[in-house]
Amino acid sequence: MFNIGSYDERIKDFNWSISEQELGYKPGSVINIGWYCSDRLCEMGGADKPALIWEGFGGKEKQYTFNDVRLASNTIGTFLRELGIRDEDRVCIFLDRNPELYLSFVGILKIGAIAQPLFSAFGDESLHVRLENAETKAIITQKKHVSKVRKIRDSLPHLEHIIVVDYDGKRPLQEREVAFSLETATPVESLEIFPTHAESPSVLHYTSGTTGQPKGVKHVHYSLISQYLTAKWVLDLKEDDIYWCTADPGWVTGTSYGIIGPWSMGITQCVLDSGFSAEAWYRFIEKNRVTVWYSAPTAIRSLMKAGDEVVAQFDLSSLRHLASVGEPLNSEAVIWSEKVFGKAFLDTYWQTETGSMMISNYPGMRIKPGSMGKPFPGITAAVLDPNTHEPITETGRIGLIAFKPGWPAMMRTYWNNEATYQSKFVNDWYLSGDRASIDPEGYFWFTGRDDDVINTGGHLVSPFEVESALLEHEAVAESAVVAKPDEVNMEVVKAFVVINPEFEAGGDLELKIMNFIRKRLSPLAMPQEIEYVDSLPKTRSGKIMRRLLHAQEWGEEIGDISTLEDDDA
Amino acid sequence: MEDIKQVILDYVIEEYVEDEDEEVTFDTPLISGGIVDSFSMVSLKRFLENKYQISIPDEKASPEAFDTVDLIVELVKEFTAGK
Repeated sequence: MFNIGSYDERIKDFNWSISEQELGYKPGSVINIGWYCSDRLCEMGGADKPALIWEGFGGKEKQYTFNDVRLASNTIGTFLRELGIRDEDRVCIFLDRNPELYLSFVGILKIGAIAQPLFSAFGDESLHVRLENAETKAIITQKKHVSKVRKIRDSLPHLEHIIVVDYDGKRPLQEREVAFSLETATPVESLEIFPTHAESPSVLHYTSGTTGQPKGVKHVHYSLISQYLTAKWVLDLKEDDIYWCTADPGWVTGTSYGIIGPWSMGITQCVLDSGFSAEAWYRFIEKNRVTVWYSAPTAIRSLMKAGDEVVAQFDLSSLRHLASVGEPLNSEAVIWSEKVFGKAFLDTYWQTETGSMMISNYPGMRIKPGSMGKPFPGITAAVLDPNTHEPITETGRIGLIAFKPGWPAMMRTYWNNEATYQSKFVNDWYLSGDRASIDPEGYFWFTGRDDDVINTGGHLVSPFEVESALLEHEAVAESAVVAKPDEVNMEVVKAFVVINPEFEAGGDLELKIMNFIRKRLSPLAMPQEIEYVDSLPKTRSGKIMRRLLHAQEWGEEIGDISTLEDDDA
Repeated sequence: MEDIKQVILDYVIEEYVEDEDEEVTFDTPLISGGIVDSFSMVSLKRFLENKYQISIPDEKASPEAFDTVDLIVELVKEFTAGK
């Protein structure tokens, strides 16, 4: 029997109060995600239950019970308070997937501060714009990444504390740096939980758009209500499950469903902090007897590529439920997973802005491979006509995916950017920026983005950000960045560049530019291909026609080019 | 081949190793060890192709084949043989 029971029954008379009641939350009272993910479980008798089974490179292991999570988060929270961190201060977590990441996240929330997790592979420029925008007061990082923070700290006056969790004393700490070790700190038994309420800010995740700088998506503690229930009904998590979410908490999946959803339910979860290989992943599942696995299409396609023979070398019989997120899951991957694991990966659709799953395939529901599934109970979803912004009633016609605002985990604003936030709403619909159609049975079918944002391996990359960074390279005079199709990552970054006359086009320059972007922004943003051109196609007003370059890469019809300044480009 | 090994190791350390105290040798796992991620692997492949004037097909450029400097040298040898 699945937690959701019957989807068709659940959508009748649905009310989020189901979740509120299960969590013992009364509207208007205190709600603190950090407390729900640690202390509450202990008070309910789960103190000794494993919360986190962590494995790092080389097989190094650590285990934490829910009581350990409670104590460690108390200790981190106390340390932050002693540094002067107060409620609503932004504390960035810039760590690899080590235990301190998960425990810091809980500790930050417990003292009412705002957790700002950032992907640790970000380069110094990506880090800078996000810390500057958030006016971040403290950053929790590790020795490996502290050099990136040192490069930018002088232009970040709000950044008062750089906390290094693995300081070994080999080199002196520098300005604003302070060491903190969970292993040597005295555990703090009691911490006064900050009395956050439903609308108190909790998490700030950054996401990329077509234009402008990355946007800080502000979430609140009430998001727990939908993260808890979606984890329960879509991921079907149960008391004895061993759950593995492969997402990095630098991205929203890694916090909503890599920390908040499972831990608020008291579920044991596993984390593997090492590079990808099919053998390592299967061995991890076998060793930990993983039962519920939440991953991403890019990873699934990489596993497919590694071949069926590898799967056969491991005992994966513990797996009982598989789900996927990040980009559309192609039907071949669904069919393959059914063949090799005996279970299909069920696709889920949501975004940083939505905070929790919006459209999904549910356990027990008939699956149509390649479909996004149906809206979660309580979610009003539609596809809108791009011109009128009215719902399309005709089945099969492509429109803009939109949601009626009001679900608990919905973003509350973009940090310091209310105007852009407001622009996401039309006719009382939230516009997701994605396109889809709906079939006669109510299943949604994803067709693509409605803008130029590149979805690579499930992560959004802004062409504007990459183009801006490219222009900082001495050889680049002009650039245009588009998505290029990719078998594993769905899309990868491709750059068209016009180089300055004193530079010579060629492989060496291409590599230099690639590495320049990788270090400044991130490996995800690094162009996987650079094409040298003499000029870029532009409109008469001088705007680069990315549409034309995109169409060229995807073998699509170019469409109306009458506004091109130079159609030979 | 010792020279190639050292050249590749030096390049990996220079470009991908963030922790200045981290010791990386010829058999240190690069991909499975989290030093080089799958996206960055493309730039490492491009370096080898430029440096040794070879073309490594995508199907040969697997995470397993790029996992250590020793393995990368084997791969490079395969394509430089007879040159």
